[in-house]
Amino acid sequence: MNLLKYLLVGFFFGIVLTKAEAVSWYRIYEMFQFQSFHMYGIIMTAIVTGVIGIQIIKRNKLKDIDGNLLTIQDKEKGNARYWIGGVLFGLGWAMVGACPGPIFILLGAGFMSIGLILIGAVFGTFLYGVLKDKLPH
Amino acid sequence: MEILTQTWHWSVAGFLIAIVMLLLNYFGKVFGMSSNLRSLCAMTGVGKKVPFFDWDWKSQRWNLAVVAGAMIGGYVAVHFMNDASNVDINPKTIEQLSAMGIDAPNGKLLPDTLFGNQIFESPKMIIMLLVGGLLIGFGSRYAGGCTSGHAIAGMSNLQLPSLKAVIGFFVGGLIMSHYILPLLF
Repeated sequence: MNLLKYLLVGFFFGIVLTKAEAVSWYRIYEMFQFQSFHMYGIIMTAIVTGVIGIQIIKRNKLKDIDGNLLTIQDKEKGNARYWIGGVLFGLGWAMVGACPGPIFILLGAGFMSIGLILIGAVFGTFLYGVLKDKLPH
Repeated sequence: MEILTQTWHWSVAGFLIAIVMLLLNYFGKVFGMSSNLRSLCAMTGVGKKVPFFDWDWKSQRWNLAVVAGAMIGGYVAVHFMNDASNVDINPKTIEQLSAMGIDAPNGKLLPDTLFGNQIFESPKMIIMLLVGGLLIGFGSRYAGGCTSGHAIAGMSNLQLPSLKAVIGFFVGGLIMSHYILPLLF
Protein backbone atom coordinates (compact mmCIF):
# COMPACT_ATOMS: atom_id res chain seq x y z
CA MET A 1 0.00 0.00 0.00
CA ASN A 2 1.42 3.30 -1.05
CA LEU A 3 1.00 5.65 1.89
CA LEU A 4 2.79 8.61 0.34
CA LYS A 5 -0.26 9.90 -1.52
CA TYR A 6 -2.23 9.87 1.73
CA LEU A 7 0.54 11.73 3.51
CA LEU A 8 0.46 14.37 0.77
CA VAL A 9 -3.34 14.71 0.87
CA GLY A 10 -3.09 15.06 4.66
CA PHE A 11 -0.36 17.68 4.34
CA PHE A 12 -2.57 19.68 2.00
CA PHE A 13 -5.56 19.24 4.33
CA GLY A 14 -3.53 20.48 7.31
CA ILE A 15 -2.48 23.62 5.47
CA VAL A 16 -5.98 24.35 4.16
CA LEU A 17 -7.65 23.97 7.57
CA THR A 18 -4.99 26.10 9.26
CA LYS A 19 -5.04 28.87 6.67
CA ALA A 20 -8.86 28.83 6.67
CA GLU A 21 -8.54 29.20 10.47
CA ALA A 22 -11.02 26.34 10.92
CA VAL A 23 -8.56 25.09 13.54
CA SER A 24 -8.96 28.30 15.54
CA TRP A 25 -10.88 28.25 18.81
CA TYR A 26 -11.79 31.89 18.06
CA ARG A 27 -13.41 31.01 14.74
CA ILE A 28 -15.52 28.25 16.31
CA TYR A 29 -16.65 30.56 19.10
CA GLU A 30 -17.44 33.32 16.61
CA MET A 31 -19.45 30.83 14.52
CA PHE A 32 -21.57 29.64 17.44
CA GLN A 33 -22.17 33.27 18.43
CA PHE A 34 -23.41 33.97 14.85
CA GLN A 35 -20.91 36.82 14.62
CA SER A 36 -19.28 35.81 11.35
CA PHE A 37 -20.17 34.06 8.12
CA HIS A 38 -16.63 32.67 7.69
CA MET A 39 -17.10 29.14 9.10
CA TYR A 40 -20.60 28.77 7.65
CA GLY A 41 -19.19 29.80 4.27
CA ILE A 42 -16.45 27.16 4.49
CA ILE A 43 -18.83 24.36 5.45
CA MET A 44 -21.45 25.31 2.88
CA THR A 45 -18.95 25.69 0.03
CA ALA A 46 -17.43 22.33 0.92
CA ILE A 47 -20.84 20.64 0.91
CA VAL A 48 -21.98 22.24 -2.37
CA THR A 49 -18.69 21.31 -4.07
CA GLY A 50 -18.88 17.84 -2.55
CA VAL A 51 -22.48 17.25 -3.69
CA ILE A 52 -21.58 18.28 -7.25
CA GLY A 53 -18.44 16.12 -7.22
CA ILE A 54 -20.23 13.04 -5.92
CA GLN A 55 -23.11 13.49 -8.39
CA ILE A 56 -20.56 13.64 -11.22
CA ILE A 57 -18.92 10.47 -9.89
CA LYS A 58 -22.24 8.61 -9.59
CA ARG A 59 -23.85 9.73 -12.86
CA ASN A 60 -20.78 9.00 -14.92
CA LYS A 61 -20.03 5.77 -13.04
CA LEU A 62 -16.43 6.91 -12.57
CA LYS A 63 -13.77 4.45 -11.49
CA ASP A 64 -11.38 4.79 -8.59
CA ILE A 65 -7.59 4.66 -8.78
CA ASP A 66 -7.63 0.84 -8.88
CA GLY A 67 -10.15 0.78 -11.74
CA ASN A 68 -13.08 -0.33 -9.56
CA LEU A 69 -16.45 1.38 -9.79
CA LEU A 70 -16.34 4.25 -7.32
CA THR A 71 -18.98 3.64 -4.67
CA ILE A 72 -19.52 5.50 -1.43
CA GLN A 73 -21.15 3.56 1.35
CA ASP A 74 -24.36 4.93 2.84
CA LYS A 75 -24.38 5.75 6.56
CA GLU A 76 -26.27 3.30 8.77
CA LYS A 77 -29.89 4.16 9.52
CA GLY A 78 -30.61 5.24 13.06
CA ASN A 79 -31.86 8.01 15.27
CA ALA A 80 -30.67 8.03 18.88
CA ARG A 81 -27.00 7.61 18.01
CA TYR A 82 -27.01 10.58 15.64
CA TRP A 83 -29.01 12.94 17.83
CA ILE A 84 -27.39 12.11 21.19
CA GLY A 85 -23.90 11.48 19.83
CA GLY A 86 -24.19 14.62 17.74
CA VAL A 87 -25.18 16.83 20.68
CA LEU A 88 -22.38 15.42 22.88
CA PHE A 89 -19.87 16.02 20.11
CA GLY A 90 -21.16 19.58 19.62
CA LEU A 91 -20.75 20.33 23.33
CA GLY A 92 -17.10 19.29 23.15
CA TRP A 93 -16.49 21.03 19.83
CA ALA A 94 -17.70 24.41 21.12
CA MET A 95 -15.95 23.96 24.47
CA VAL A 96 -12.40 23.40 23.23
CA GLY A 97 -12.94 24.72 19.70
CA ALA A 98 -11.44 21.73 17.95
CA CYS A 99 -12.81 18.69 16.18
CA PRO A 100 -10.70 15.58 15.49
CA GLY A 101 -8.91 16.90 12.36
CA PRO A 102 -7.82 20.17 14.01
CA ILE A 103 -6.77 18.32 17.19
CA PHE A 104 -4.08 16.53 15.19
CA ILE A 105 -3.22 19.57 13.07
CA LEU A 106 -2.73 21.83 16.12
CA LEU A 107 -0.73 19.18 17.92
CA GLY A 108 1.54 18.94 14.88
CA ALA A 109 1.88 22.72 14.91
CA GLY A 110 3.29 22.42 18.42
CA PHE A 111 0.48 23.43 20.76
CA MET A 112 1.21 21.15 23.71
CA SER A 113 -2.04 21.85 25.56
CA ILE A 114 -3.95 20.26 22.66
CA GLY A 115 -2.40 16.99 23.86
CA LEU A 116 -4.86 17.09 26.76
CA ILE A 117 -7.77 17.25 24.30
CA LEU A 118 -6.32 14.28 22.41
CA ILE A 119 -5.95 12.25 25.61
CA GLY A 120 -9.57 13.07 26.47
CA ALA A 121 -10.73 12.19 22.95
CA VAL A 122 -8.94 8.82 22.91
CA PHE A 123 -10.39 8.02 26.33
CA GLY A 124 -13.86 9.12 25.16
CA THR A 125 -13.57 6.80 22.15
CA PHE A 126 -12.49 3.99 24.48
CA LEU A 127 -15.44 4.69 26.78
CA TYR A 128 -17.83 4.46 23.84
CA GLY A 129 -16.31 1.10 22.89
CA VAL A 130 -16.91 -0.19 26.41
CA LEU A 131 -20.48 1.13 26.70
CA LYS A 132 -21.55 0.55 23.07
CA ASP A 133 -23.93 -2.36 23.67
CA LYS A 134 -25.70 -0.57 26.53
CA LEU A 135 -26.42 2.57 24.50
CA PRO A 136 -29.48 3.19 22.29
CA HIS A 137 -28.57 3.46 18.59
CA MET B 1 3.43 35.49 -1.01
CA GLU B 2 0.62 37.37 0.64
CA ILE B 3 -1.87 35.06 -1.04
CA LEU B 4 -0.45 32.20 1.05
CA THR B 5 0.00 33.99 4.38
CA GLN B 6 -3.28 35.91 4.56
CA THR B 7 -6.44 34.25 5.89
CA TRP B 8 -7.78 32.11 3.07
CA HIS B 9 -11.20 33.11 1.83
CA TRP B 10 -14.01 30.79 2.95
CA SER B 11 -14.96 29.92 -0.61
CA VAL B 12 -11.41 28.84 -1.47
CA ALA B 13 -11.05 26.85 1.76
CA GLY B 14 -14.44 25.15 1.41
CA PHE B 15 -13.70 24.19 -2.18
CA LEU B 16 -10.29 22.75 -1.28
CA ILE B 17 -11.70 20.74 1.64
CA ALA B 18 -14.17 19.15 -0.77
CA ILE B 19 -11.26 18.36 -3.12
CA VAL B 20 -9.52 16.54 -0.25
CA MET B 21 -12.67 14.48 0.32
CA LEU B 22 -13.08 13.70 -3.40
CA LEU B 23 -9.40 12.75 -3.72
CA LEU B 24 -9.83 10.25 -0.89
CA ASN B 25 -12.97 8.93 -2.63
CA TYR B 26 -10.90 8.53 -5.80
CA PHE B 27 -8.39 6.51 -3.76
CA GLY B 28 -11.32 4.28 -2.74
CA LYS B 29 -11.49 5.68 0.80
CA VAL B 30 -13.92 7.72 2.87
CA PHE B 31 -13.03 11.07 4.44
CA GLY B 32 -13.31 10.91 8.24
CA MET B 33 -10.86 12.01 10.90
CA SER B 34 -12.42 10.61 14.08
CA SER B 35 -11.90 6.98 12.94
CA ASN B 36 -8.24 7.56 13.72
CA LEU B 37 -9.12 7.84 17.41
CA ARG B 38 -10.52 4.31 17.17
CA SER B 39 -7.31 3.18 15.48
CA LEU B 40 -5.25 4.71 18.29
CA CYS B 41 -7.32 2.72 20.81
CA ALA B 42 -7.09 -0.50 18.78
CA MET B 43 -3.31 -0.12 18.42
CA THR B 44 -2.88 -0.54 22.16
CA GLY B 45 -4.23 -4.10 21.92
CA VAL B 46 -7.28 -3.26 24.01
CA GLY B 47 -9.35 -5.20 21.43
CA LYS B 48 -8.68 -8.35 23.41
CA LYS B 49 -10.96 -7.03 26.13
CA VAL B 50 -13.30 -4.66 24.27
CA PRO B 51 -14.72 -6.17 21.05
CA PHE B 52 -15.31 -2.73 19.49
CA PHE B 53 -11.55 -2.34 19.20
CA ASP B 54 -10.96 -5.86 17.92
CA TRP B 55 -10.73 -4.68 14.33
CA ASP B 56 -8.12 -4.52 11.68
CA TRP B 57 -6.69 -1.06 12.36
CA LYS B 58 -3.87 -1.83 9.96
CA SER B 59 -6.41 -1.55 7.14
CA GLN B 60 -6.78 2.06 8.35
CA ARG B 61 -3.09 2.90 8.09
CA TRP B 62 -3.89 5.10 5.11
CA ASN B 63 -5.96 7.33 7.41
CA LEU B 64 -3.13 7.53 9.95
CA ALA B 65 -0.93 8.66 7.05
CA VAL B 66 -3.47 11.42 6.31
CA VAL B 67 -3.24 12.44 9.97
CA ALA B 68 0.56 12.45 9.94
CA GLY B 69 0.48 14.61 6.81
CA ALA B 70 -2.05 16.95 8.41
CA MET B 71 0.22 17.37 11.43
CA ILE B 72 3.15 18.33 9.20
CA GLY B 73 0.85 20.63 7.23
CA GLY B 74 -0.24 22.28 10.48
CA TYR B 75 3.39 22.78 11.47
CA VAL B 76 4.31 24.34 8.14
CA ALA B 77 1.21 26.58 8.00
CA VAL B 78 1.62 27.85 11.58
CA HIS B 79 5.37 28.44 11.41
CA PHE B 80 5.96 29.58 7.84
CA MET B 81 2.63 30.86 6.51
CA ASN B 82 1.38 33.04 9.35
CA ASP B 83 0.73 36.75 9.30
CA ALA B 84 -0.17 39.35 11.93
CA SER B 85 -3.42 40.00 10.04
CA ASN B 86 -4.67 36.44 10.68
CA VAL B 87 -7.71 35.49 12.78
CA ASP B 88 -9.37 38.83 12.18
CA ILE B 89 -12.55 38.04 14.07
CA ASN B 90 -15.57 40.25 14.69
CA PRO B 91 -14.72 43.13 17.10
CA LYS B 92 -17.95 42.31 18.93
CA THR B 93 -16.62 38.79 19.57
CA ILE B 94 -13.34 40.23 20.92
CA GLU B 95 -15.26 42.53 23.25
CA GLN B 96 -17.41 39.65 24.48
CA LEU B 97 -14.33 37.47 25.07
CA SER B 98 -12.53 40.25 26.88
CA ALA B 99 -15.48 40.51 29.30
CA MET B 100 -14.96 36.78 29.96
CA GLY B 101 -11.25 37.36 30.57
CA ILE B 102 -10.16 35.68 27.32
CA ASP B 103 -7.36 37.38 25.37
CA ALA B 104 -7.85 38.73 21.81
CA PRO B 105 -6.30 36.83 18.87
CA ASN B 106 -3.85 39.47 17.52
CA GLY B 107 -2.90 37.01 14.79
CA LYS B 108 -2.86 33.93 17.06
CA LEU B 109 -5.00 30.87 16.32
CA LEU B 110 -5.67 30.02 19.98
CA PRO B 111 -6.27 32.13 23.10
CA ASP B 112 -3.49 31.89 25.69
CA THR B 113 -6.15 31.85 28.41
CA LEU B 114 -7.20 28.37 27.30
CA PHE B 115 -4.14 26.99 25.54
CA GLY B 116 -1.02 28.79 26.81
CA ASN B 117 1.51 26.61 28.63
CA GLN B 118 0.51 28.19 31.98
CA ILE B 119 -2.72 26.15 31.81
CA PHE B 120 -0.73 23.10 32.94
CA GLU B 121 -0.68 24.76 36.36
CA SER B 122 -4.44 25.22 36.40
CA PRO B 123 -6.47 22.14 37.37
CA LYS B 124 -9.61 23.85 36.07
CA MET B 125 -8.14 24.30 32.58
CA ILE B 126 -6.65 20.81 32.50
CA ILE B 127 -10.01 19.30 33.40
CA MET B 128 -11.79 21.50 30.88
CA LEU B 129 -9.58 20.37 27.98
CA LEU B 130 -9.80 16.72 29.04
CA VAL B 131 -13.60 16.86 29.35
CA GLY B 132 -13.91 18.68 26.02
CA GLY B 133 -11.80 15.95 24.43
CA LEU B 134 -13.84 13.25 26.12
CA LEU B 135 -17.08 14.69 24.69
CA ILE B 136 -15.51 14.91 21.23
CA GLY B 137 -14.19 11.34 21.33
CA PHE B 138 -17.30 9.78 22.83
CA GLY B 139 -19.74 11.86 20.78
CA SER B 140 -18.02 11.35 17.43
CA ARG B 141 -17.82 7.57 17.83
CA TYR B 142 -21.41 7.36 19.12
CA ALA B 143 -22.60 9.45 16.16
CA GLY B 144 -20.31 7.46 13.84
CA GLY B 145 -18.42 10.49 12.60
CA CYS B 146 -17.38 14.08 13.18
CA THR B 147 -17.28 17.28 11.19
CA SER B 148 -15.36 15.64 8.35
CA GLY B 149 -17.27 12.35 8.20
CA HIS B 150 -20.78 13.75 8.67
CA ALA B 151 -20.82 17.49 7.97
CA ILE B 152 -18.64 17.27 4.86
CA ALA B 153 -18.58 13.68 3.54
CA GLY B 154 -22.05 12.59 4.71
CA MET B 155 -23.84 15.77 3.69
CA SER B 156 -22.08 15.76 0.30
CA ASN B 157 -23.48 12.26 -0.23
CA LEU B 158 -26.94 13.49 0.86
CA GLN B 159 -27.12 11.18 3.87
CA LEU B 160 -30.07 11.73 6.20
CA PRO B 161 -28.20 10.26 9.23
CA SER B 162 -25.46 12.84 8.68
CA LEU B 163 -28.02 15.66 8.66
CA LYS B 164 -29.31 14.45 12.03
CA ALA B 165 -25.77 14.33 13.41
CA VAL B 166 -24.91 17.80 12.08
CA ILE B 167 -28.07 19.28 13.60
CA GLY B 168 -26.96 17.59 16.84
CA PHE B 169 -23.46 19.14 16.51
CA PHE B 170 -24.99 22.60 16.27
CA VAL B 171 -27.52 22.11 19.05
CA GLY B 172 -24.70 20.94 21.36
CA GLY B 173 -22.40 23.72 20.17
CA LEU B 174 -24.98 26.45 20.71
CA ILE B 175 -25.80 25.18 24.21
CA MET B 176 -22.09 25.16 25.11
CA SER B 177 -21.25 28.52 23.56
CA HIS B 178 -24.27 30.41 24.89
CA TYR B 179 -25.08 28.75 28.21
CA ILE B 180 -22.13 26.73 29.55
CA LEU B 181 -18.96 28.61 28.49
CA PRO B 182 -20.17 31.84 30.21
CA LEU B 183 -20.45 29.86 33.45
CA LEU B 184 -16.89 28.54 33.09
CA PHE B 185 -15.26 31.96 32.54
